[in-house]
Amino acid sequence: MPKIKFIEADGKEHVVDAQEGQSVMQAAMDNLVPGIVAECGGFASCATCHGYVDEAWLTKVPPPDAAEEGMIACAYHVRPNSRLTCQLTVTPALDGLVVRLPLSQTSE
Amino acid sequence: MDERIVIVGAGQAGGELAAGLRKQGYAGRVVLLGDEPHPPYQRPPLSKGFLLGKAALTDLYLKPLATYERFDIELRLGTRVEAIDRSTCELALQDGSRLSYDKLVLATGGRARRLRLPGLESATLDNLFSVRSIADIEAMRAKFVAGNRLVLIGGGYVGLEVAAVAVQLGLRVTLLEAAPRLLARVTGPEVSSFVEQLHRERGVEFRLACEVQGLELDEARRQVRGVRVVRDGVPEQIDADLVLVGIGLVPNTELASGAGLAVDDGIVVDEYACTADPAILAIGDCANQPSAITGGRIRLESVPNAIEHARVAAATLMGKREPYAAIPWFWSDQYGLKLQMVGLSAGYDQCVTRGSAGGKEFSAFYLKDKRLLAADVVGRPAEFMAAKRLVASRAEVDVTRMGDAAVPLASLVA
Repeated sequence: MPKIKFIEADGKEHVVDAQEGQSVMQAAMDNLVPGIVAECGGFASCATCHGYVDEAWLTKVPPPDAAEEGMIACAYHVRPNSRLTCQLTVTPALDGLVVRLPLSQTSE
Repeated sequence: MDERIVIVGAGQAGGELAAGLRKQGYAGRVVLLGDEPHPPYQRPPLSKGFLLGKAALTDLYLKPLATYERFDIELRLGTRVEAIDRSTCELALQDGSRLSYDKLVLATGGRARRLRLPGLESATLDNLFSVRSIADIEAMRAKFVAGNRLVLIGGGYVGLEVAAVAVQLGLRVTLLEAAPRLLARVTGPEVSSFVEQLHRERGVEFRLACEVQGLELDEARRQVRGVRVVRDGVPEQIDADLVLVGIGLVPNTELASGAGLAVDDGIVVDEYACTADPAILAIGDCANQPSAITGGRIRLESVPNAIEHARVAAATLMGKREPYAAIPWFWSDQYGLKLQMVGLSAGYDQCVTRGSAGGKEFSAFYLKDKRLLAADVVGRPAEFMAAKRLVASRAEVDVTRMGDAAVPLASLVA
């Protein structure tokens, strides 16, 4: 079972067991990781599952499509390694993935 | 003894609140009561992927059952609450037992508004449906086969999403709408005609400004055979193999009013999700709350509202005071096209559009005094995100640049 480490903006870590085939977002939801809101339920409609994929893992996840890029471009607290976690599928190759979470998923 | 928070209603708002309390470290007991046999699930896919047969039942569940167990959320399904006894802080359950609470949260949601037609009250009809629950979809699925004639009553998002799925499955679809245009309650005329054209191109037939006068039933009064309508004084009967009613939602407020709590198009709460009873909160579709945007009161029917309202209630229950402040937004998927809406357009004095109804991409921006109140965006997610920020900032925008599709909307965001 691939493990994913989520790190909240204040540094608090959550290591969760993810299911192969589910999204990184869903792995966070199933384990009550704070900091991922997922308002649209994983359909790339809201950008409230925004996370930063650790630099070491960037080449191991498929690049974002145009829609995801467009959503991210206008999200809050964007960095070059920003992704929508609903668009990242858990595979055995992602065992050990580290995802940092932005300061806030809401729109203040 | 541990403090006990009881949440009535295991929908999106109730499930989110239970999870939110544990995320925030709440150590007392959390009891989540649901009257359906399912754990909290996503409703939006009901009229899309689930109806289309592309999403499995368990895909709808927001969290697997194991999560509730692991985080000590007492999920009681198939449990109906009959009454609230505020004097003893107890709930009367349908099975005759009582359940005490220290804090009670009503997340009772709403039910599909029923068609009111003379003579219909006594009939139980096998092929008349609404779209609100998993059970509703499971009941209608067998009728969703190519060649069947579907009549949809109501041109709101639910009706349109079902129309899109139905024509993709090969049904013959006629949609009836009382207003002269689609989505009249929630959007401007530009978007209405865009959506209408989208559906017409794929074969959906419309009867707008049309009054439903009655249903034609079979002899046993078990099946609808057709819908009788009148348009411009001209009567017509539209034959049907199945009829779906999508004419809105009625908030479930009976528990609250039965307990003497104020109800006015929803359970009346303040900006912290509190009713007048300090032990009782209400959230989500069933709650009527103050709106920081309009200055009035509002009841919102949306997933983002359910989530935000649950967040506010969790903060209140944790002894913090975080008023509701989110900008309302909503989305819909039809024919794989993403429609995203943000803000409330009521009172706009200018509508700026980008794109055209002929294309697959279209945005409408609703302004008042050059400030963006709301936007409807089709197939341009980046513009939706930018619009969301512009609505939140309430800043004056350059209207000329806003209307120029060559200017990225993001460049207008401060």
